[in-house]
Amino acid sequence: MRWLEYFVFLALVVGLAQPAGLYLAEVFERKPTFLDPVLRPVEFLLYRWLGVRSGQEMSARTYTLCFLLFSAIGTGGLFLLLLVQRWLPGGPADRYLTTPMTLDLAANTAISFATTTTWQAYGGETTLRYLTQLFGLVSQNFLAGAAGLAVGIAFIRGLARERSATVGNFWVDLIRALLWVLLPLSLVGSMILIWQGVPLNLVPYTEVHALEGGVQTIAQGPVAALEFIKNLGTNGGGFFNANGAHPFENPTPLVNFLGLLAIAVLPASLTITFGHMTGRPRAGWVLLAVMVVLFVGGLALCDFAESATPPQLAGLHISGGNMEGKEVRFGIGDSVLAAVVTSNTATGSYNSMHDSYRPLGVLVPLVNMLLGEVVFGGLGTGLYSMLMIALVAVFLGGLMVGRTPEYLGKKITGAETRLAVLYALLTTKVVLVLTGLALATAAGRAGLVTNMGTRGFTEVLFAYSSSMANNGQTMAGLNANTLFYNTTTAVAMLIGRFGLAALALALAGRFAAQRRWPTNVGTLPSDSATFGVLVLGTIVLVGALSFLPALALGPIAEALQH
Amino acid sequence: MLREQFRTAILGVIWLTLLTGCVFPLGLFALGHFLFPGRAQGSLLTRGGIVVGSEFIGQNFTRPEYFHPRPSAAGAGYDGTASGGTNFGPSNRKLIEDVRRLAEEYRGSNGLPPDAIVPIDAVTRSGSGLDPHISPANAALQVPRVARARGLSEEAVRRLVADQTQGRQLGFLGDPRVSVLELNLALDGLRAPELPLIAPR
Repeated sequence: MRWLEYFVFLALVVGLAQPAGLYLAEVFERKPTFLDPVLRPVEFLLYRWLGVRSGQEMSARTYTLCFLLFSAIGTGGLFLLLLVQRWLPGGPADRYLTTPMTLDLAANTAISFATTTTWQAYGGETTLRYLTQLFGLVSQNFLAGAAGLAVGIAFIRGLARERSATVGNFWVDLIRALLWVLLPLSLVGSMILIWQGVPLNLVPYTEVHALEGGVQTIAQGPVAALEFIKNLGTNGGGFFNANGAHPFENPTPLVNFLGLLAIAVLPASLTITFGHMTGRPRAGWVLLAVMVVLFVGGLALCDFAESATPPQLAGLHISGGNMEGKEVRFGIGDSVLAAVVTSNTATGSYNSMHDSYRPLGVLVPLVNMLLGEVVFGGLGTGLYSMLMIALVAVFLGGLMVGRTPEYLGKKITGAETRLAVLYALLTTKVVLVLTGLALATAAGRAGLVTNMGTRGFTEVLFAYSSSMANNGQTMAGLNANTLFYNTTTAVAMLIGRFGLAALALALAGRFAAQRRWPTNVGTLPSDSATFGVLVLGTIVLVGALSFLPALALGPIAEALQH
Repeated sequence: MLREQFRTAILGVIWLTLLTGCVFPLGLFALGHFLFPGRAQGSLLTRGGIVVGSEFIGQNFTRPEYFHPRPSAAGAGYDGTASGGTNFGPSNRKLIEDVRRLAEEYRGSNGLPPDAIVPIDAVTRSGSGLDPHISPANAALQVPRVARARGLSEEAVRRLVADQTQGRQLGFLGDPRVSVLELNLALDGLRAPELPLIAPR
């Protein structure tokens, strides 16, 4: 039955990619859509209020600048809101908010949400007021998600255009992403969530009279407002500490399934948008096929690890898969599917505790993040991550046949290759250096409060991989709410978001300015199965060369112990 | 030019925050409370006018006449304000010791022989610490104890468990499960219990 669910999920993602991808192309090419009668007036109004000249396009440099400005101001606003939240009215009584909002926690959280990482060094129900969750977190889930989508679209335009000095208008893309994509889908999705049991209220934590006597206090809140967009925007930060495992965030398997679809469909469909906008639909399908292969591989390994009873419990006469940290309603199947989908797509909304996964079970989400989230990936960001590695593949292919490599008729010269390789190397450098730093310092090792040894090492590696990949999921045994981790993970999140996006946009600008060279017999066709295999091999090769030593010290060593 | 973009960025953050963090939730509130008022309020369960729990939030039970939920790592156990799991890795000695102890306790309280196979959900802590469900296999092993404590036939209790078992959603989503709180409420309804419903406070 698990495999039926996996199959239906994958079939829906691939099946919906075409219509969703073409819709996205219409939205960002400003073609008419069925939502126009309602949305055009709002769009027009927003352009006027914001002073956007919607007819004016931007160079890649200006586009990057606007993206940075918008993100920086969003981060600053959220930072201030977090610092003053103690004076906001309503929501839980003060005695439940036991985690102090220190400067470093506020800064970490603000950066985390503005970069779609939504890494959470705190537990929601013991830290935040309802109005902070709404004004601060729900809004940044929308804004940061839309900004990521905008950058992804600009990257596509770079490859689609020729002899163009511009890649689009950031504000137009941002507003259209919000109005035509994220807001309407969230409205419908959130209503389904409420129907299934996700609460939406502003009442204080509710005291109920337990059947055996005594009082149970139940944390509540405007959960449904956050729940859908956290997945759709590939953000993933939960309302409560337990995130997607909490029954109010994820009450039924249907909610879980819809949430995972919300995560994966749009990033997957961007391959189709890419193929459509560049006029090479098959090139988009090839990328999607590579994604599907990697997805199935990870899923099979994670399922294999988690569905067996942990050998450590052998002799205790216990039957069933590894249920420590998992919910009965999800069982092994929904938990594994969520672990694989969320780690592939920059979304931290795990529904089971990855720290309690078996070594090979945790290896899969870790590797997914370290590969740069190329399988579907973050909204917008995933597509350029995949294309960047595809360019490295093109470069390798060019070396093999001994001529100047090209992709979609764009020449990959030294300058382009430098950008793509820098992109591929940045993750390695940041993750490994920060992991080393944490393990070499007492402040870093102080975070290991739950597990030691190889598992402790994996926790630290996981934390920086998650931050760098803007994913946000965590092996929560690590105590990350310290000055050391709040600072270092914030650095990784900033580089992972803005460093990578700046490189991608710079490349987009170079491509847009190029003419499109005609293909000839020496061209490596970008829409063939051969090319797909080359890209797949490059992903595996670059990933293995970069991270195998680190993985050998963590999950692989742990797996060999038992 | 920079000035102009800076101004747009500030205005953009302000207006779009209002749109997504204020207008959107308000619209959702209006719709949600109109269409699904009970759900929006947290799916609270009442008995005799008293709120006794939420359909989705697990509650602790230790008495023999009630079905027992999974062990919980939320606060002191099923603390609705402190969700979370143990985060113990599979090789963590604390986890192995806990599971061994929990399995012994489970067998002891249900009168099972020391080598009886125990379903793993009965001896592991959920990710949320608030898991409202147990597996049907776990419920089945508790039936004799509950029936004895209540003076009911095992058959009657088993029928009730079957009634309260939820299958896979749409036939293929998730795992079959039994909601402990709802099952215990149904048990109490089966025969007016002489126990006080609410312990005097």
